[in-house]
Amino acid sequence: MINYNTLIPEHVRTLPASGIRKFFDLLDNMKDVTALTVGQPDFITPWHIREAAIESLERGKTYYTSNAGLIEARREIARYMKRRFDLTYAPENEILMTVGGSEAIDIAVRALVAPGDEVIIPEPCFVCYAPIVTLAGGIPIHLPLSAKNKFKLTPEELSSVLTDKTKLLILPFPNNPTGAIMEKEELEAIAALVRDTNIAILSDEIYAELTYGKAHTSIASIEGMRERTVIVGGFSKAYAMTGWRLGYTLAPQAITSGMYKIHQYAIMCAPTQSQFAAIEALKNGDADIEEMKAEYDRRRHYILKGLAEIGLECFAPEGAFYVFPKIAGFGLSSEEFCEKLLYEHRVAIVPGTAFGDCGEGFARISYAYSVPHITKALEGIADFVKTLRKPL
Amino acid sequence: METILKLLENDSRLTAAELASMLNLDEDSVRAAIAEYEKNGTIVAYKALIDWDKTDREIVSAVIELKVTPQRDRGFDKIAEKLLNYPEITSICLMSGSYDIQLIIEGKTLREVAQFVAMKLAPMECITATSTSFVLKKYKDKGVIYQTPEEDERGSCPV
Repeated sequence: MINYNTLIPEHVRTLPASGIRKFFDLLDNMKDVTALTVGQPDFITPWHIREAAIESLERGKTYYTSNAGLIEARREIARYMKRRFDLTYAPENEILMTVGGSEAIDIAVRALVAPGDEVIIPEPCFVCYAPIVTLAGGIPIHLPLSAKNKFKLTPEELSSVLTDKTKLLILPFPNNPTGAIMEKEELEAIAALVRDTNIAILSDEIYAELTYGKAHTSIASIEGMRERTVIVGGFSKAYAMTGWRLGYTLAPQAITSGMYKIHQYAIMCAPTQSQFAAIEALKNGDADIEEMKAEYDRRRHYILKGLAEIGLECFAPEGAFYVFPKIAGFGLSSEEFCEKLLYEHRVAIVPGTAFGDCGEGFARISYAYSVPHITKALEGIADFVKTLRKPL
Repeated sequence: METILKLLENDSRLTAAELASMLNLDEDSVRAAIAEYEKNGTIVAYKALIDWDKTDREIVSAVIELKVTPQRDRGFDKIAEKLLNYPEITSICLMSGSYDIQLIIEGKTLREVAQFVAMKLAPMECITATSTSFVLKKYKDKGVIYQTPEEDERGSCPV
């Protein structure tokens, strides 16, 4: 009989399940829960974008594209990056269309990390970096960021983990789950530490369009950084296109050629219909982004006010669509807090520890929901906190 | 402050407190702005959109195109002002194009609507022609799609 314990290699068997996954599994078995858990927009992809994909089907464009993606889509991405962030990338050899930002992260890590290389992962952060690094044989170096710095990466924190084995720095800003952003001066300080090294940067800018009051700055725009940076971008968050599975990488040719080979063998090409939709999105979608962003911003204000009224401390996030309030001080771990809230008040939020150990004492609340829905959830949280405060 | 109007147009149940939170304004100034909009007639009314097909109430509506002889000095206003008084008429617009005034009429039955056109509208002196089209099904109104609200189907990908 087959022995799965030896069949499945240890590094796969021991790969931890995502903390969010665990929590979502609890949630999936419950009814009548007001959830503020999802990491995706509640908008539908704007119709003109959907229509472009439908039209591509009607015209029978059901083939593979080139490995790197439709050249027209890559040209539009180049124009978009120039227009929005003043960055110049060559559509022919510096841009790859990928299956979501997720594949982009995977091929970037695989193209850059050799066994034994250290990869610095500032946390709390999205759950995929460490497992992908582990699968590539790299060593994830978890770098806890702190609420007192608004969850920004400081040069002091970075220099405390730099070694001669450091290969790659992950820069996940605007950040899921904290909503933190990195501004130009803050990026300059990080750049100063890596400028004279051979360290690469993976800048995950999937939330670049969702910053409030301050425009996003890419680290690639800072002197000496473009040559070492892979920007990961995508359509999911900006255009509400999560299901289309379309992202991209922007990187110097030498790094792009490495990623290109991995992408070519593992994936072939990003979904063709999604690429046609992307062309339309990039050409005529700026106003859609503005409209959705304005709505997120209103909800951000609304939820911050609500949390303040409940008396939960929360720094005002400047990006993405999450708030990351402090839920410590009630004698409950983050996980216990969220489980009790779920079981006793039927409101679901994600424990901060799902995004790294340093998320203890916090929870992620998504505001990719309608205001009435958010109101209902806030009422549940308020009731729960009241019971926790009540002297026994 | 125009954002307040856009938000209320979309959901008239939003309270001044909610609007103030969403727009990061203080509640009193939102309240004052709304009061002013109400006073000067910018905000005309707060109503609910109801899909009567989901209820037992029988209701028939029709779009009626009218050709009208304009009145000296008063143009189309005089006839429009007269039409305002009929509770059966739910909408009146002056139109460009091949006819002059478009009405929407609601009644309990087809017959009731037909009677109204024949007995009340057609005999009016300045109305020279009418054309009645009955509404068979309403798909979308005021930017809102008439359908049963869908469940949140977003998959639970651990993002």
